[in-house]
Amino acid sequence: MIIPEFLLNAVLAGLGVAAVAGPLGSFVVWRRMAYLGDTLAHSALLGVALGLALAVSINMAVVVVCAGLAIFFVMLQNNQTLATDTLLGILAHSSLALGLVAVSLLSDNTVDLYSYLFGDLLAVSTRDVLTIFAVSATVLVLLGIFWRRLLAMTVHEELAQVEGVNVALVRTMLMLIMALVIAIAMKAVGVLLITALMIIPAAASRRLARSPEQMAAFAALLASIAVIGGLAVSFYWDTPAGPSVVLCASALFLLSLAKPQH
Amino acid sequence: MTQLLVSAEHIYLRRSGRDLLADASLSVAANEVVTLIGPNGAGKSTLIRVILGLIKPDRGKVRRSERLRIGYMPQRIAIDPSLPLTVERFLSLLGKDKGRLQHCLELTGTARLRQQAVQSLSGGELQRVLLARALYRDPQLLVLDEPVQGVDVSGQAALYRLIQQIKGETGCGVLMVSHDLHLVMASTDRVVCLNQHVCCEGSPESVSSNPAYLQLFGEQTPDVAIYTHQHDHSHDHGDSTDCQR
Repeated sequence: MIIPEFLLNAVLAGLGVAAVAGPLGSFVVWRRMAYLGDTLAHSALLGVALGLALAVSINMAVVVVCAGLAIFFVMLQNNQTLATDTLLGILAHSSLALGLVAVSLLSDNTVDLYSYLFGDLLAVSTRDVLTIFAVSATVLVLLGIFWRRLLAMTVHEELAQVEGVNVALVRTMLMLIMALVIAIAMKAVGVLLITALMIIPAAASRRLARSPEQMAAFAALLASIAVIGGLAVSFYWDTPAGPSVVLCASALFLLSLAKPQH
Repeated sequence: MTQLLVSAEHIYLRRSGRDLLADASLSVAANEVVTLIGPNGAGKSTLIRVILGLIKPDRGKVRRSERLRIGYMPQRIAIDPSLPLTVERFLSLLGKDKGRLQHCLELTGTARLRQQAVQSLSGGELQRVLLARALYRDPQLLVLDEPVQGVDVSGQAALYRLIQQIKGETGCGVLMVSHDLHLVMASTDRVVCLNQHVCCEGSPESVSSNPAYLQLFGEQTPDVAIYTHQHDHSHDHGDSTDCQR
């Protein structure tokens, strides 16, 4: 059987995203940042609108907007009178609403809103695949360089700082990595489902793993299985690809619950 | 003259309209155990964090000896259960010295826990593992924030004895926070009583009878120390009192 090019591209793009969504998702789970991830992902649509309006690379615009929002969030958090989840809720939905309004204002552009919200894996071009691979490789290298420091910071920030970790730098790096992953994951599963692709495979691999590295690797593996499974479902039953991938991940998570915890 | 490891001089720190520290000074030398005591909200942990360089004071200076290796045992640690982390891995997060790891585990009596998940430890086990982590980098200064928290009374005495033993073996300086003078009396060389500023300091015996101390803590039943040890060294620092503010 000859695999059609669009399907091959979709598989490659999906695997490129899965390779980083797993490890980063593990940190999101360990550090309880799921809602922050969601907020940044929601703001990606605003990045799309900005990218289109300014006629610059959409990926770049998404990274810039996500990083900007992360900084804004940290500033808000510093003079805190509201709970963190309230702040994140405000930011997530305000930026999503702003993104939706901004995209609608670009009415001369025929923007396929649906593809940004839910992903368009079956429409990725060879160029998209190359971009995803480049970003994914960059993220993996960054994760590799900062791995021990990220772990130390996750375990206890002040302890890590006393032991010589530049916590501010490492935290900034984590935000940057997150923004990069969101930019490429948007292609695969869309703005609304990015966090799912990060945290569900990571959560599913918890019971299989005995070390942080194992958990990250299993998460990448499970995310890859979800991508291939989701694409197969989408191909044969003509369901939307992004949501199908996420549903496959959810099924894997349910399966993982069957394994007894040691 | 013993080597001064760290000193904080005239530290002032104000947050949300409240003085957390007002003219607090503290120093620790090598081979000395200094215990910081004070009521809740006295600024003990804050002063520790200033000394560790985690908070910048509004005013005042922190001096450290050059290339000072600090081992820090935080007051509490909450590791998410989703992180698969054994005791062994927790200790060697930032290093990979197998011999050192084994030594620290044995010294703190936690060798049998090495493959256990950190999140599954009991209060007393966790404190010992945290101490082992603090020791891993062979520190010149040990900073322990309420090291006996969540430990039963007999375990507390054992833990203090262990700290004393570590000081004896390595010659490191120890700075620890405690809320109970009588428990630490036997294992500390010098006590600093803090309530935003230093109320009184000196040998444990002198502090326990100091009017400033008694005023802060009330008249307690004296001396419920679990054990006393023989001092094999002299205390040559002068006892001082400063509570006329």
